[in-house]
Amino acid sequence: MNIPSELKYTKDHEWVSIDGDVITIGITDFAQSELGDIVYVEVETVDETLEAEEVFGTVEAVKTVSDLFLPVSGEIIEFNETLEDEPEKVNTDPYGDGWMIKVKCSDTSEFESLLSADDYKALISA
Amino acid sequence: MKNIALSSTHEALGAKMVPFAGYNMPVQYEGVNVEHETVRNAVGVFDVSHMGEFLIEGPNALDLIQKVTSNDASKLSPGKAQYSCFPNDDGGIVDDLIVYMIKEEQYLLVVNASNIEKDWNWIKSKNDVGAEMRDLSDDYSLLAIQGPKAVEAMQSLTSHDLSAIKFYNFVVGDFAGIENVIISATGYTGSGGFEIYCKNSEVKQVWDKVLEAGADYGIKPIGLAARDTLRLEMGYCLYGNDIDDTTSPLEAGLGWITKFTKKFTNSEALEDQKRRGVDKKLIAFKLDERGIPRQGYDIVDGNGSKIGTVTSGTMSPSLGIGIGLGYVPTVFAKIDSKINIQVRKKAIPATVVKLPFYKG
Repeated sequence: MNIPSELKYTKDHEWVSIDGDVITIGITDFAQSELGDIVYVEVETVDETLEAEEVFGTVEAVKTVSDLFLPVSGEIIEFNETLEDEPEKVNTDPYGDGWMIKVKCSDTSEFESLLSADDYKALISA
Repeated sequence: MKNIALSSTHEALGAKMVPFAGYNMPVQYEGVNVEHETVRNAVGVFDVSHMGEFLIEGPNALDLIQKVTSNDASKLSPGKAQYSCFPNDDGGIVDDLIVYMIKEEQYLLVVNASNIEKDWNWIKSKNDVGAEMRDLSDDYSLLAIQGPKAVEAMQSLTSHDLSAIKFYNFVVGDFAGIENVIISATGYTGSGGFEIYCKNSEVKQVWDKVLEAGADYGIKPIGLAARDTLRLEMGYCLYGNDIDDTTSPLEAGLGWITKFTKKFTNSEALEDQKRRGVDKKLIAFKLDERGIPRQGYDIVDGNGSKIGTVTSGTMSPSLGIGIGLGYVPTVFAKIDSKINIQVRKKAIPATVVKLPFYKG
């Protein structure tokens, strides 16, 4: 299972890449492999400002619908529109072309709540 | 939870196993989309050994079957099968099934795994004619070999001419070195092929030989997830989703297996319903915009009022659009009617369409 060490993680199986106060969010390799073929990614919260733990979108596999939770508070500034036509990128390249949203964070101190790669590895192997 | 005979074989092949109807079943191997495509374009093999098999025998076997099923089993001759259902006393359906006529006074009923006990008790309660009943479910395995290349890929495994077995016909003969196997031209995918019934002790050999014979044709093992997308593209009903104890076969579009040429459980009320016309109908719809309908979602009219419920829905792997089945009042059921599916906060426009969704 691929868990890049430079990324942060959440208990909801999302990865977070931090660049100043802007973060990029996707789902982990573990998440995509558990879900199976991703057939739809819906994000209709672009330009909205949401609190941490709020639902920012939905990812659908053939048999399941899963909510996507925002790990920290902020404004959704971009959705990876490639996923509208190629949701399978989430399966083939979860940490690259399969990224989902970019968020401008309102409070960078919330980053402290994110998990390290080691923490996340421990979580999924528990 | 029960294991099927080949549970460990599937695990060794890398299948994701899930509990389904009380059995440990392979839901997916390589991925549902590639498995779906394999069946549509080549050939795949499913282990559906969880299905139930009842043998009904004796001079009154046909009487019992006529009484409990909606289709007319007197039309069968040895080597022919028919799709049918068990109506209940209250207008609904106990289960759907396939009736195989093996020979005079001997029939095999193949029922859904989730309903084995319910069906058995139901048939038994109606057996006042003294037909002999045997539950073979724990002794028999069922492999479905499905896809346009199934005939060619499997021909080397049997002395019977597979291309000569017509749809819903079967032979009992040799297959993969085993005698007395049922080779049935039936399936739940719409892509043609066979279903193979053999004993649990024989199924490993059959499975291995099927994969070996199919290797040149690109055969792959296929899980239950693809079985569901394949059947839904054809609009085949799934018991527990699209039909259940409360839905009438006429509402479900199963009028073609509801034959009033004979008396059967609740046939008078159903005949009356047919005469009056049904109030609601199972429709097939496709989404006009991006989205995926799911079981339990509301079907709404143009004003946002609920008019029905989705009973099955998926992203169609072959068509790349959201498709589904659901019940609506008859006035909304006409082909080309516009309805909406409530997907989370959005009512997505949808059109009522003719089945099948996938036309090969």
